[in-house]
Order: sequence, then C-alpha cells, then structure tokens
Amino acid sequence: MLEIKELRAGVEGTEILRGIDLTVRPGEVHAVMGPNGSGKSTLAQVLAGHPAYEVTGGSITFLGEDLLEMEPEERARAGIFLAFQYPVEIPGVTNAYFLRAAYNELRKARGEEEIDPIDFIDLLEEKLKIVKWEPEIMQRAVNAGFSGGEKKRNEILQMAVLEPKLAVLDETDSGLDIDALRIVADGVNALRREDRSVILVTHYQRLLNYIVPDHVHVLAGGRIVRSGGKELALELEARGYEWITGAVEAVA
Amino acid sequence: MSTPFAEAFATFAANGGGKPDWLAPVRQRAFARFAEVGIPTTRDEEWRFTPVAPLSEHPFAPVSAAARPLAAAELAPFIFGHAEWPMLVFVDGRYRAELSVRPDLAAGVTLGSVADAVARDHPLVREHLGRHAGPEATPFTALNLAFVRDGALLHVPAGVTLPQPVHALFVSTGDTTDAAAHPRNLVVVDAGARASFIESYVTLAPGARYLTNTVTEMVLGPQAWMEHSRIQRESESAFHLGFTQVDQARDSHYRSFTLAMGGAIARHNLHVQMNDSNVESLLYGLYLGHGTQLVDNHTAIFHDHPNCNSWEVYKGILDDRSRAVFNGKVFVKPEAQTTDAKQTNRTLLLSDGARVDTKPQLEIFADDVKCTHGATVGQLDELPLFYARSRGIPVDAARTLLTWAFAAEVIDEVAVAPVREELGRLVHSRLTKGS
Amino acid sequence: MTGSVEQLVNREYKWGFVTDIDADSVPPGLNEDVIRLISAKKEEPEWLLEWRLKAYRSWLSMTEPQWPNVTHAPIDYQSIVYYSAPRTQAPLGSLDEVDPKLLETYTKLGIPLNEQKILSGVAVDAIFDSVSVGTSYKKALAEQGIIFCSFSEAVKEHPDLVRQYLGSVVPTSDNFFSALNSAVFTDGSFVYIPKGVRCPMDLSTYFRINAQNTGQFERTLIIADEGATVSYLEGCTAPKRDENQLHAAVVELVALENATIKYSTVQNWYAGDDEGRGGIYNFVTKRGKCAGRRSKISWTQVETGSAITWKYPSVLLLGDDSVGEFYSVAVTNGRQQADTGTKMIHSGRNTRSTIISKGISAGQGNNSYRGLVKVLPKAEGARNYTQCDSMLIGNRCGAHTFPYIDVQNRTASVEHEASTSKIGEDQIFYCKQRGLDTENAISVIVNGFCKEVFKELPMEFAVEAQKLLGISLEGSVG
Repeated sequence: MLEIKELRAGVEGTEILRGIDLTVRPGEVHAVMGPNGSGKSTLAQVLAGHPAYEVTGGSITFLGEDLLEMEPEERARAGIFLAFQYPVEIPGVTNAYFLRAAYNELRKARGEEEIDPIDFIDLLEEKLKIVKWEPEIMQRAVNAGFSGGEKKRNEILQMAVLEPKLAVLDETDSGLDIDALRIVADGVNALRREDRSVILVTHYQRLLNYIVPDHVHVLAGGRIVRSGGKELALELEARGYEWITGAVEAVA
Repeated sequence: MSTPFAEAFATFAANGGGKPDWLAPVRQRAFARFAEVGIPTTRDEEWRFTPVAPLSEHPFAPVSAAARPLAAAELAPFIFGHAEWPMLVFVDGRYRAELSVRPDLAAGVTLGSVADAVARDHPLVREHLGRHAGPEATPFTALNLAFVRDGALLHVPAGVTLPQPVHALFVSTGDTTDAAAHPRNLVVVDAGARASFIESYVTLAPGARYLTNTVTEMVLGPQAWMEHSRIQRESESAFHLGFTQVDQARDSHYRSFTLAMGGAIARHNLHVQMNDSNVESLLYGLYLGHGTQLVDNHTAIFHDHPNCNSWEVYKGILDDRSRAVFNGKVFVKPEAQTTDAKQTNRTLLLSDGARVDTKPQLEIFADDVKCTHGATVGQLDELPLFYARSRGIPVDAARTLLTWAFAAEVIDEVAVAPVREELGRLVHSRLTKGS
Repeated sequence: MTGSVEQLVNREYKWGFVTDIDADSVPPGLNEDVIRLISAKKEEPEWLLEWRLKAYRSWLSMTEPQWPNVTHAPIDYQSIVYYSAPRTQAPLGSLDEVDPKLLETYTKLGIPLNEQKILSGVAVDAIFDSVSVGTSYKKALAEQGIIFCSFSEAVKEHPDLVRQYLGSVVPTSDNFFSALNSAVFTDGSFVYIPKGVRCPMDLSTYFRINAQNTGQFERTLIIADEGATVSYLEGCTAPKRDENQLHAAVVELVALENATIKYSTVQNWYAGDDEGRGGIYNFVTKRGKCAGRRSKISWTQVETGSAITWKYPSVLLLGDDSVGEFYSVAVTNGRQQADTGTKMIHSGRNTRSTIISKGISAGQGNNSYRGLVKVLPKAEGARNYTQCDSMLIGNRCGAHTFPYIDVQNRTASVEHEASTSKIGEDQIFYCKQRGLDTENAISVIVNGFCKEVFKELPMEFAVEAQKLLGISLEGSVG
C-alpha cells in the first residue's frame, strides 16, 4: 500500500528525516515511536504534503502512485488521512459544512453524485456514535473553542466519515485523559479493516495498549533505528529511549 | 468656482424646502455651515484616504419630479422574505406610503415618515431632529440637514418591546442621473423599551450614478435595548455618505451590524456617545470591495462615564483594485473608570492591486481601564488552508471557504435570523462569483 | 491608590547645575549672515555653506508641524543663540588638556570620561553645547579603519564621505526642524565602519545643553559599509533653567549590504518643573536607511526627559530581506508631553519590521504613540509586527495611540496590537506582602512592563535606564 524509500526531508534548510525506509501493507497497523525531535511528526506531515516541509531525496509510493507528485487534496482523495497533532481551528465554518464539503470532494473524485444534505445527516449520526458525541457538535465551528480532547475526537470523527485507506495518527493520544483515550482508540479499532492501514505516531506506549500494532518502529535522529513486533513497544516503555538511541550513537 | 450644491439648495428651498417656518432657518444655517467648510479634501485628516472631491463634479440634486410607480415585486429581493415586517419604503429619498407596511403596533409606538411628522409638527421632530448629528459633525451632516425633508421616524415608548424588526428601505431608482437623496432617520427608544431597526440602501439600477447622503440619529433611554442593522448595497457607480449618531443613556444596550458592499465611494461614520454609566455597545462591521470601489468606515466610541463596555470587530475583504479605509477611535475620559473597550480590525487582501489604510486610535485618560485594539492585514493563514486541503478540498475551494469563514464570523453576529441568513447568501454569492 | 506613593514624586532634577565657562557665542537670531558666520567659524568648504543656505531658504517657506498631540507657547526662533562654543580653542591632544570644569561636569553627570571607563571599552565623543571637546579611544578604532570623530572634524578630514551621505536619508527640506538643523547645525558625531569590520566596542556620545538660550542642533551621521556592524549609544542630559530650550537634532544612519546598525538612546533632558515651566523641547529627526540587502537598523530609545518630545526614529527598508526594529520606552510625568513612535517603510522584498512601544503616563503627562507602517506595492512578503502598550499611573494623565497602517501588497502581513493597563492595587499589595515598599513595587512592575525594550539595550545602559525610570516616576501615583 505504502512504500517509503530513502526518504529525506526537512524544513527551512534543516534536514530532519535522513533516509527513512518503511513499507506498509493493507490491513497493517504500524506504530512509529521515538523521542521528541526524532522526526516522527515530520514524517506524518510529509505524508500529508505539508507545504512547509521540503522533500530532498527518496520516494513515497502510495497504491502504485508517486505520492510526492500529488497536492495535499489529491492525497486526501487518494485515501490518505492525517489526524493532526494540533488540529486547526477554523472559526466561521461549521463542522457539518466542512465535513460535508470534504466528503463530497471524495465522492466527486470517485465519480459519484454529491450527497444530499439530509442523507449526510443520517450518515453523520451513525459516525457520531463512534466518538460518543451528540449531533449539536456539528453546528459548532471547526475546532474553534474545542478542548484538546474534543479536537482529537473531532479528528477521529472526520476519519470515520472520510473512511481513508491509510490513516496517519500524529500523536493523537497526547494530552488525552483515560476516557478520551479510550474513545479515540475505540474509534480507530472500529475502523480497522483488511484493506485499511494505520500509522500511529506516538511518544508513549500507552495508546498501544488499546490499539495493538503489527509492527513497531523506533525513529531517532531522522532514521528508523529499530523495527520489531508489538513487544518492542513494551521493551521501550520499560527501558526508555536511551536504550536504543544511546546504543545507536555508540555504534556510529 | 461657486459653492457646490448651492444651485441645488436654492431650487430645493424654492420647491417646498422652505417649510415649515421653524425648519427653514435650520436648513439655512446648515447650508451656511456646509458652504463655510466645503467638501473636504485629502489634506483633512478625517478624509485623508477618501477623496470625495469628485462630488463637486456632478450636479447632484434632489429629484423634484414624482417618481414612477413601483411594483412590490421590484422590492422583493430586499425584504428578507418577510413582507409582514413593518417597513417604510423611500424611493429616491421620498416616502412611499403605498409600498410601505405599517401594521398595528403596540400602543404609543410611532412609525412613519419624517416628512409627515414635520407636516403634523410632531414634538419628537422638534426635540430631536438635527440635535444629535448636527451641522458641526461633518460637512455632510451639515449638507444633509440643509436638504432635510424625509426619513424614517420610529419612537418606541417606555417598556414596550417590538416583536418584529422595523425595516427602513431606501431605494434608488437611477431614473434620474445625479439624483441626490438626503434622508435623515430618527429612532427614539425610551426607557426599558426594546427594538430592532434595519436600514437598507439598495438600488434598482446597479450602474447608476447618484448620491446618498444619509444621517441616522438614534436616542436610547435608560435600559433601552437596540439591535441595529445597516445594509449598504448601493450602485457601484454611486456615492454613499452615511453618518450614524447613537446617544446612549444609563444601562442601555446597543448592538450594531454594518455591511458595506456597494458604492463607488462609500463612507460611513458610526459614533457612539455613552452619556451615562453601565452602557454596553457592540459594533460589528463587514466591508467588501472589488473593482475600483473605495469603502471607508469610521467609528468613534466616546467612553465618557464609568463602567461602560464596548466591543468592536470590523472585517474587510478586498479584491481587484479596491481600497478600504478603517478608522476606529476610542476615547476614554478621566471619569470613565473601569471601562472595558476592545477593538479588532482585520482585512484580507485578495489581489495585488487592493489596498487598505487602517488606523485604530485610542485616546485614554483614565487609569483603571482595559483597552485593547488589534489590526491585521494580510492573506489567509496557511495552516487552515492546508488542513482543508488535507481533507480533500481543492485549493481554490478551500480559499473561498476560508474567505467566507472570515466573513461569516461577523455575519454570525447579526441578531435578526432572517437578515443574518439573507446577508450570508448575499456575501457568499459575491465571494464565490469572484473566484 | 495609596497616598504614600504620591509622596515619592517630587525629587529634584539632580543634573540641573550650570557650568560656568566662558563661551564664544554669536548674538541671538537667525539670518543668512549668521549661517555664513557659523560656517566661517567652522572653516567649512563652500559646498557645505551652500547646502546650509539652501536648507535655510526652504525652512523660511515652511511652518511648524501642527499635527503632533502636544501644545506649547510659540517658539521665537529669533531669540535663540545658534552658535556657542567653550573658549578653549587649541586642538586637544589628550583629556588632560580639556578644561577641568568640563571634566568636572562630566563627572557630575556620571559620564565616565576617564581611564577606567575607557578600559571598560566605551569610546566617548562628548558634545558640550556645540563643539566636540574630546574623543577617546580614537586611535584604537582608527587601526581598524573605523572613523569616529566630531562632525566638524569629519568635514575637514573626510569631506568626500560627508558630502556623499549628508542629507541622503533626511533631505534638507524633509520637515521644519530638520531644515532648521541643516541650516544651523554646529557639531555632532560622525561614524564610518569600513567593509566587513565589526566595531569592537560600543561607541557613545553624551550630549549636554549648557549655555542659556542655546539651541542645540547636532548632526549625527553613521555609515556602516558592506558587512559592517556597529552599536552606538547616545545619552542626553541638560541643566535646569526656567526658559525652554530647543533641541532639534538630525540623525542619519546608512546601512549597506549585510550591515547592521544598532542605535540606543537614553534621553533625560530637563523636563521642566511641576508647573510646566522650563524644560527642553526635543524635536528630533532620526532616520535610517537599509540601503543594502540583508541590512538591519535597530533603534532603541528610553525617553524619560524633556518637556516635549517629538521624534520618530524610522527605517526605510529598501534592500531586499532588510530588517527594521524600533524599541521604545517613553515616560511622561508632571506636565511632560511626548508624541513619539516610528515609521517603517517597506519597499524591498521580504523586508521585516518589529515595533515594540511602551508608553507610561503619570502625573499630568500626555503620551502619544504615533506610527506608520507602510507596505509599498513592490514589497512582496513584507512582514510587520507592532505591539504598542500603554500604562497609566494616576487619573490626570493621558495615553494616545495613532497607528497608521497602509498596505499596498497582498502578500504582506501586518499585525498591530495595543493595550492599556494600570498598576493594579493587587499587584502592589502582592509586592508589599513579599516585603517591597511602594516605590520598589512600582519600579518592579514598571520595569517588568518595559522588559522587552530594556533587553535590547547594552547592559550598562539598561541599568541606567531602569534607574532613570524609577526616578522619573517617583511620587507619580496619586
């Protein structure tokens, strides 16, 4: 589904990713972990095509297409969804309007008719159950005045509506209390399917208690320094990042 | 060069503008004042960025011939879908009873035309007309008073709440080139009374050149409550000059929304005078410019007494080679302790030729106050744009969406729902047409 | 607020002494003969005399600006003495030759024109009335090709540089006071930093108005050639007199490609007495030109003195990627009036400017911020951030802001924020509960308010500025 090769990228002339290789097959859940500043969020932003990040080398292939040639909206329509670490506030635009506009773009891209507003409300009501929200939230402006937890839930709701092929969750667990974390995790688990992959970018192992990954990768200094199964996350939790990053420096 | 408007004034005075006896000298004095100060130039600080000199190049004069009959259908686009609302219709500056709607209102409520009230020597007219926005305010309030003949009159007596908004609709037909209208509205809301007042300035001839020079005097009694909407959709070849003076008594609440999207050159002054303590004033504004329009908003809030709050948000969206001017003054007198005043002005420039001059101005003489102002000029933020695109919305659509959202934040503050929705549609279609 | 705070106000102007030195002056009044006399006394070349006369003729056709938010009695320009020099005419080789009374004056002022000071790395060009009397550390600077001398000397020694740059930033006819200055200026400082040289020490000038009825019209010109860097400090005090004195200086800065000029001022001219008698009229034109790419000009000012201050240190951002900064603290107490701010004119691409202004009004002072941020059509990507905060202490003072923002390029981003606050009783109480007295509490709070500006000052200036601020505000709360 996703193939990243020798990816190098940075921001304003500073290189952050220094050669990433990562392959994600359909239905897999990959956790990308690493200390602060390791490049985790950069990887997530580059996948979504954030204009501030410059790709300086390597390639990303998504479903056979060259992802780096695509505009952010083309990537979204191709099935990539980024749950932002800091979801953006858009005062003046209601959640309902925003989500319907996005949903219709997806349908248009698939050659389908735009959805009738009434039908969309029905669809929304189903999806709202996933994040345990009442419909009133849809009349509020996008993320404006939302608490940190509400913003993260809103990202999961958007993901549920847009049904991506590859969901990239950028530190969606940070700043959540245990109840909100469970809602977010349940939301992600509810969306797991054989043809849908997930990349979880996280600092802590905590989220992985709820969303069990198939693969865990540790990022440090802009490279994947170790990959393994879910037990790697537990080991990291027990021994800390220095266990790995220190070892790497010693080798280098 | 002879004094601009002198000939028009002589004609006006001869054609019934000399009556009644008490008003004639008021007009004369007002015209003398205008003749003395003249049309301001850009050397005048108040008009520094707004060249109104072209006014003297055209023989703007009140229309003397009776205007043609209008069908109610011609007004349908302007009535917010509510034909049953009380409505006073003025065509080229003159009241038209047959187009107006005057349902039975609560006992003691006065709703009608200033011309009628003058003819019947209504005491409110003598008490208030020209007393709040007098000839000294600006050259154009003087000019307006010199030509004063008609306008909307609304008086809500103490304790009465009007169930529906009152709409004053000013229609320019464009049938006569260089027609001038000088309406003067008088709105008096007594103690504890509540009302919503809508002023609309519209045209049936979008390319016509004419002049609207309008004044609204609004007097709010103690604990009075007023929602004021002002919609300016003049012809894009017209001149629009407006002045609104709001005088507020203790514990009164004033909420204003102004939309300016018409006119070749459009200027509106909104002055709020706090005459006692515990006054609250909320001022929202939206201005849109395209083509070569110039849209100018001047606001002034006079915090003369303690414990008053003002909150002001004006936003603008400028395309093509349009220009906007914003000047927001807040004066806080020494006795106006615990004043809380916040002002925000934001302008989006959509094209290379657009230009804005903004001057938020605070003058503060009291120490225990919270006063802030902020002004920003620029383009849409990159981050929300990326966020929308990452959800699959194409970049142009995302831009339009965010531009609309920028405007919607102030439109959402329009208190009357049907007006809010209609203005939303109006602004949305204007913004999407451009893209 | 507490009454005890008010008692702290009336502290005397401690720099209000007069130095008794025989002065060589011309009679009061201004006409072309006086200008010719000044030029002759200074042995100036013909072109400079012509330049002065041209300025004088344009001044004659100009009127005093009426737009500042200040009031004062009319100034009689014919009663001012336009030239006054201490009668110590032999060229000065070392500080020993300087009139001891002058040195004493500097000592009283706390100006360290001595070895310790020099060792501490400050080169001082002291202006006593109109003529520069001593320049220290000149040699060390000269070794690097740095020119730091009085303006008169520069006219003699470096006429080509002076002629090339004089009036290139502030034209003679720019405004009423700059035209007057151009006609009659007597001395000032001249700095030239050659290509690629980083000036190894802060350069400093102390100005002092001594003689009675003397207008001080100094002229400063600083040129940083490509890749050069310089930090310049200016401090001002004046004795206490009943009459008002006029100070109309012009400062021009030119930064070429990759050059940086930092100009810091602590202005403590005599402010007049409590009734508003006397005090300096400080009508100054300061302007810098970022002529080259990636050049930077930064103004920092702490204005605590003068009866009236009228100045707008500005930056013309011509070079692409150039940077302009303005950091200001202005204090008005008693009957002081200040109308000050800046102009940032964005002309080059990706030019950036930052404006941080802190106005403090106390007593019956009036403090106005007046600024212009202008983005011209070609200034793609220009950025401005302005923060303009006012603090009022007491209820007889005023704070005014007049920011003009004129944007003619859509890729520009201009942000302006302003706020007004007071010293809260709860803040003072909190400080007192922690053991500070009222004076200290106010000082702490006000210094906190001004922190963003003080951090831009060189260390010893920052310390002095904080002290001055405390003194200026003593007894201001009532």
